[in-house]
Amino acid sequence: MNLSKINRRRFDRFKSNRKAVWSFWLFTFLFVVSLFSEFVANDKPLIVSYDNQWYYPVLNSYPETLFGGEFETEAEYKDPFVVELIEEKGWLLFPIVRYSHQTVISDLPSPAPSGPTAENWLGTDEHGRDLFARILYGFRLSVLFGFILTIASAVIGVSAGAVQGYYGGWLDLLAQRFMEVWGSMPMLYIVIILASVVQPSFWVLLVFMLLFSWMSFVGVVRAEFLRCRNYDYVKAARVMGMSDRRIMFKHILPNAMVATMTFMPIVLSGSITALTGLDFLGFGLPPGSASLGELLSQAKNNLQAPWIGFSVFAALGIMTILLVFVGEGVRDAFDPRQTY
Amino acid sequence: MMDNSTNTAPLVEVEALQMHFSMKGGAFSRRKGVIKAVDGVNFKIYPNETFGLVGESGCGKTTVGRAILKAIQPTAGKVIYHSKKGEKIDFVTMSNKELRPYRQEVQMIFQDPYSSLSPRMTVQEILEEPLRLAGHTDKKYLYDQAVDMIQQVGLRSSHLMRYPHAFSGGQRQRIGIARALITRPRFIVADEAVSALDVSVQAQILEILAELKDKLDLSFLFISHDLSVVKYLCDRVGVMYLGRIVEVAPTESLFSNPLHPYTEALMHAIPDINEREIRGDILAGEIPDAANPPSGCAFHNRCKYAKDKCKTDVPALREFTDTIEGQPILRQSACHFVEEIYNK
Repeated sequence: MNLSKINRRRFDRFKSNRKAVWSFWLFTFLFVVSLFSEFVANDKPLIVSYDNQWYYPVLNSYPETLFGGEFETEAEYKDPFVVELIEEKGWLLFPIVRYSHQTVISDLPSPAPSGPTAENWLGTDEHGRDLFARILYGFRLSVLFGFILTIASAVIGVSAGAVQGYYGGWLDLLAQRFMEVWGSMPMLYIVIILASVVQPSFWVLLVFMLLFSWMSFVGVVRAEFLRCRNYDYVKAARVMGMSDRRIMFKHILPNAMVATMTFMPIVLSGSITALTGLDFLGFGLPPGSASLGELLSQAKNNLQAPWIGFSVFAALGIMTILLVFVGEGVRDAFDPRQTY
Repeated sequence: MMDNSTNTAPLVEVEALQMHFSMKGGAFSRRKGVIKAVDGVNFKIYPNETFGLVGESGCGKTTVGRAILKAIQPTAGKVIYHSKKGEKIDFVTMSNKELRPYRQEVQMIFQDPYSSLSPRMTVQEILEEPLRLAGHTDKKYLYDQAVDMIQQVGLRSSHLMRYPHAFSGGQRQRIGIARALITRPRFIVADEAVSALDVSVQAQILEILAELKDKLDLSFLFISHDLSVVKYLCDRVGVMYLGRIVEVAPTESLFSNPLHPYTEALMHAIPDINEREIRGDILAGEIPDAANPPSGCAFHNRCKYAKDKCKTDVPALREFTDTIEGQPILRQSACHFVEEIYNK
């Protein structure tokens, strides 16, 4: 890898933190697996060989008539009749888990929610959908939501904090008062109200939550800029003729980055749990989406089916803990005052 | 001692430099008053000369240094700089963008070696930065310059990879000097450059400055409150009191024969290891409030020579010819009774 010596040192420092490295690899593994959820848990086969032709139902949709069926609609690979039709002239390769997060299983051994079996590793939810598949898809959605929200908040929050702290004066005063008012609004409440006006989707929820979450970065970044703008090395840069923007990026921002990075894992796990909370209350993602919060509320309603609660809790807990461990490691690696 | 006052063109001319801060207060930010931190300062600095600026804390000497390099924008006055190409430019009226090409010719050394170096950049990055700003991009060239400069200030090239926190105060100050000198400037403002250091380290830094001054043909504006340091390093000295210059003279004649009562009092305040008691009178009272300076001569309420005239008339900085070993020497003093003090 082509790294500068400083980044090399940071990288080495991260590597020497075993907890963070383990968490990083475990999380990366889980995340990559969940990114390919469609290939891990799906009710469509990965590959179909029919009449010496190869088909990829996960990627494309094929009508049932193609395999000798009656309907023009997409083939229902769960249907034993369709499977038989295909196997007459070829074979199917199913993913490890034969259910997607939306597959309703009709032939359960016991009424839904049914417990863990060899077929449904974690059991099913109250609508008879495979819990493992739902958690897998839900994990991906939550992590993506958290990442996008955190990065967007950091970009907005750090820029706002930087400008306020660096220029100060009236701009700072007005922006601070605005944030005091805006920040004192009850975030979940307003998101719920907004969600009742606009049909929430992934992106709509993201924007709504972004309206509030960017502020968590402003305080620390602004304080860091206020502190650093009077340092002699900033004055030195000014005397050298450096532009304001470059001073902010090169001299002050690196100092503010540790504070930002300290907040990042918190905001990340915070936004994941906030999304879960909204879903739990039923104001989040549209019904049917893979959502850990919706599963949690099912767990609450079905205390006789503890596998739902345990599995979802474990998924959420592992996800947030791994993220915090990795974040901690990154933050420590960037701190120049660490011994090395 | 050099007497360049007549035959050489100056490098930097400060004319009627003024830095007024308006004080705000009250519920609606009414203007309550003006602090005249620097109120009409004139002096010239010649090539290869070290000009010292001394005075009590709060007299405005640091503000002068900052205003000259436009770290703060002065409210009035001129800072004429004679550039390498022979242009005469006024820093005060130029925009930061217009100034950029000249920035590498004038640099600054800061007082606090801890806050003047970015803790998140390696020494190499710190040293290369001024050159990058000047438009150099060749990595080999930048590195070679950094190595050369760090050796000139008495450190090793292996130090380049380290962060500032790995260095002592004296070493950090060397890095600060290296950063100021790497663009081969002609004029340097050193603001209390050694005040934050131990006395033994001060001596090393002063030696480096004196050595590099001749080697690289530099001119300094050396701002300090430490008279012994000024005496060692400076060719000429300006004494400031409450935002104005009260006396300018070549170092030797200033120290042997001060021509302003304030300078005289400052000289008495230098402790002498051979005397048990401080000679002469100690200056009574505090430096007055710059927002509300005394009328007439600002020094009259602490001056032992003060007469009625001093309470009403503001003394101008007058030229005065002194003789040392038969040589005429031009001095300036802002006192109504220069002759009287001289003849005493």
